[in-house]
Amino acid sequence: MTQAPILEIRGLSKAFGAVKALSDVQFELRRGEIHALCGENGAGKSTLMNMIAGVLQPDEGDILIDGERVSIHSPAAAQRLGIALVHQEIALCQDATVAENIYMAAINSRRAPLMNFQKLYADAQKVMDLLAPIPVRTRVADLSISNQQLVEIAKALTLDCKVLMLDEPTAALTESEAQRLFSIVRGLRDRGISVIYISHRMAEIFSLCDRVTVFRDGRYVATDPIAAVSPDDVVRKMVGREITQLYPDKLAPQEPGRLLLSVEGLCDGRRFADVDLQLRAGEILGIGGLIGAGRSEIAQTVCGLRPMTAGTVALDGKQLRLRGYGDAVKAGLVYLSEDRKGSGVFLDLPIAANISALDLSRLTGPLGLLDRKAEDRQARELTGRLGVRMAGTDAAVSTLSGGNQQKVAIARQLSVDPKVIIMDEPTRGIDVGAKVEIHRLLRQLAGSGVGVVVISSELPELIGLCDRVLVVREGRIAGELTAGELGEEAIIMLASGVQDSSTQRQAHNVA
Amino acid sequence: MHAEIKAAGAVRRINFAQLASMREAGLIVIILALCIAMSFASPHFLTWGNFRAMLMSFSIEGIVVVGMTILLIVGGIDLSVGSVVCFSMVVSGALFLAGLDPWTASLIGIGVSALIGAAMGFFVTVIGLNHFITSLAAMVIVRGMCLVVTKGTPLSLFTLPPAFKAIGQGSFNNIPYVILIFVVVVAIFDFLLRRATAFRKVFYTGSNEKAAQFSGIRTNQVKFWVTVLCSTLAGLAGVIYMARFGAATPTFGAGMELNIIAAAVIGGASLNGGSGTIFGAILGMALLSVVTSSLILLDISVYWQDMIKGCILLAAVSIDHFLHRKKS
Repeated sequence: MTQAPILEIRGLSKAFGAVKALSDVQFELRRGEIHALCGENGAGKSTLMNMIAGVLQPDEGDILIDGERVSIHSPAAAQRLGIALVHQEIALCQDATVAENIYMAAINSRRAPLMNFQKLYADAQKVMDLLAPIPVRTRVADLSISNQQLVEIAKALTLDCKVLMLDEPTAALTESEAQRLFSIVRGLRDRGISVIYISHRMAEIFSLCDRVTVFRDGRYVATDPIAAVSPDDVVRKMVGREITQLYPDKLAPQEPGRLLLSVEGLCDGRRFADVDLQLRAGEILGIGGLIGAGRSEIAQTVCGLRPMTAGTVALDGKQLRLRGYGDAVKAGLVYLSEDRKGSGVFLDLPIAANISALDLSRLTGPLGLLDRKAEDRQARELTGRLGVRMAGTDAAVSTLSGGNQQKVAIARQLSVDPKVIIMDEPTRGIDVGAKVEIHRLLRQLAGSGVGVVVISSELPELIGLCDRVLVVREGRIAGELTAGELGEEAIIMLASGVQDSSTQRQAHNVA
Repeated sequence: MHAEIKAAGAVRRINFAQLASMREAGLIVIILALCIAMSFASPHFLTWGNFRAMLMSFSIEGIVVVGMTILLIVGGIDLSVGSVVCFSMVVSGALFLAGLDPWTASLIGIGVSALIGAAMGFFVTVIGLNHFITSLAAMVIVRGMCLVVTKGTPLSLFTLPPAFKAIGQGSFNNIPYVILIFVVVVAIFDFLLRRATAFRKVFYTGSNEKAAQFSGIRTNQVKFWVTVLCSTLAGLAGVIYMARFGAATPTFGAGMELNIIAAAVIGGASLNGGSGTIFGAILGMALLSVVTSSLILLDISVYWQDMIKGCILLAAVSIDHFLHRKKS
């Protein structure tokens, strides 16, 4: 029995100015399948999604739904055709309640002049409870990023759709939330809904999806049943070259280096308590744990970005008295924020100005004037060392891809020759190629004697990159795992506090 | 989802500095075109007298525009400048009438203006109100203070010593002191804004306050001092107005803030913070001034002036929005 695929793309092309984002690509989505779409950033995945969702219009080529040519000229048209897209970036009304956000489209098309809030809240809560017990009367602005992501997904679930597109839905989710999302997505598939799933995480793709299509540089590469390929195959197709080693070699077990950073009994009176932490020269220390466990708060407090109520921080044997982050920077302790666009980079300022922001005093002459030549020299040197692909150091950071923006943020940390660098989610939302480069860089830094701490929600990253991992649970250090003990199961058990391995995700490690 | 589009556009993207200079070049072209057209339309336009009058008319406001532009760059706004200009004038005038010498009286007037700025800075940075509401309240309060100090009647200051009046009325080699002061203020702050480390922090704070904090910049300090600077320059302008008019009227400067903000925005300052140049803002001021002068010379009723100025502002902001939308 041959049935027309629910969605088919033929010979689709799209150019932005002189640059071809997609050229002559094809794609086929069968009824009731979960189809992974893979590719590095810039491969054209999001462009394709946006065309299917009616946000962008193709220059050439056809989109067929149920075997019939359609033109999707607006997001509303896509909705009428039963197509729903969950954006990678959160687009919610921050000041409205969760319920109002979930039913925004429905409220918009309703005729009744008054709102029935009782029914709205009841219905919304039912949908929300499928994912997580978030009270729907809460204002969205009061939710964490991961909960906002769940609201975004709940919003799509309420649309009566045939095709659901999820663009990196788990980027901000914790392990257990991601698991719940997967079971819901499987449930949708069993009800005959077709899902396009975009993710950088191979483990997810291999445990969830039925088929995988790979794009590279705006072109179609291949479509395979998931059972017929390995994660390595997919990565190779995405990158177009052999990535021999995803993670750099670890520290050979030897005598531990000098004690660089020592934190004892750190408390902030709210989010965490009694945190001890030691970092030695040459090692990369990982910090794992669920989102919201207090990892970022601990790191920010260590660096003087948040006030501490008790405890001590010593850098290189010297006790620090931090009145603010400026003091930490002067001492050689820097922090890279997890929220690249929100607090990591200055999008509309030039690259050179972004890099110099951390310590202007070293570029300032005796009259309080900025030495712009030195600033530019510093920017060229660091961007060269990190391999930032850019038009020039005076280009705005907004012109760069996500991975290159992140490299600029890292360049800023390196500009002060730090002794210890704490990186919060250093590779979130960036493509495999840039990820590998950043991992190598971190290992190089560690090798040169800089202390490196990496906070990550990605288990393969913690396991592949770090020499030692501390796991945080509910504001306390739940345990420490040394190189020999590192594994997804061990981390999840510590992070969730459950001695049950059934919650663990199928461990397909990319490496 | 935008990453790919951005990467794709990167090749043809014009950069930050170019965009700013493009805007300034565009303004110069428009101003020159207007001047050329006007020189045909009216024989009085292209005379030193008329130019001097135009320059005089925007020189003193231009000093206020400098402060406003820097405040807009840090992401703030100040609706109280008109009231502060007036208060500085009224306080200095009243102190002079009470027997103080005019120079000391003026310094006190400027100092009081700085204090008003400090008070607003306190409400913005410590209490956490936004600039708009804080300065709206200050605008009304300070205007009320002007009326209280003068009991509602203009102060006649014709007894001001000639040496002081010269600031507003005299000239050096046929160039009015007012214009000289304006040029010096503009030159100093334009230079500082481009080159000084302290002012670079203004751009960081306005562009992304959180990222600035994560770079160790004390953004509250930056916002506080820029707010003080804006009020101080308004105070300076008030004192010069006093020397120029030889009087202090408690209603002077009402509505001035709109002209000032319009000039800065036409010149490229963004209400979202992070961008703007002093040169651009002065060109914005010049454009508004040339238009006003043209309307007068063409014998068009003054009632049309505000409408036309408003339309210019709308056009400038629309062009800016269009450029920005293309940018991201």
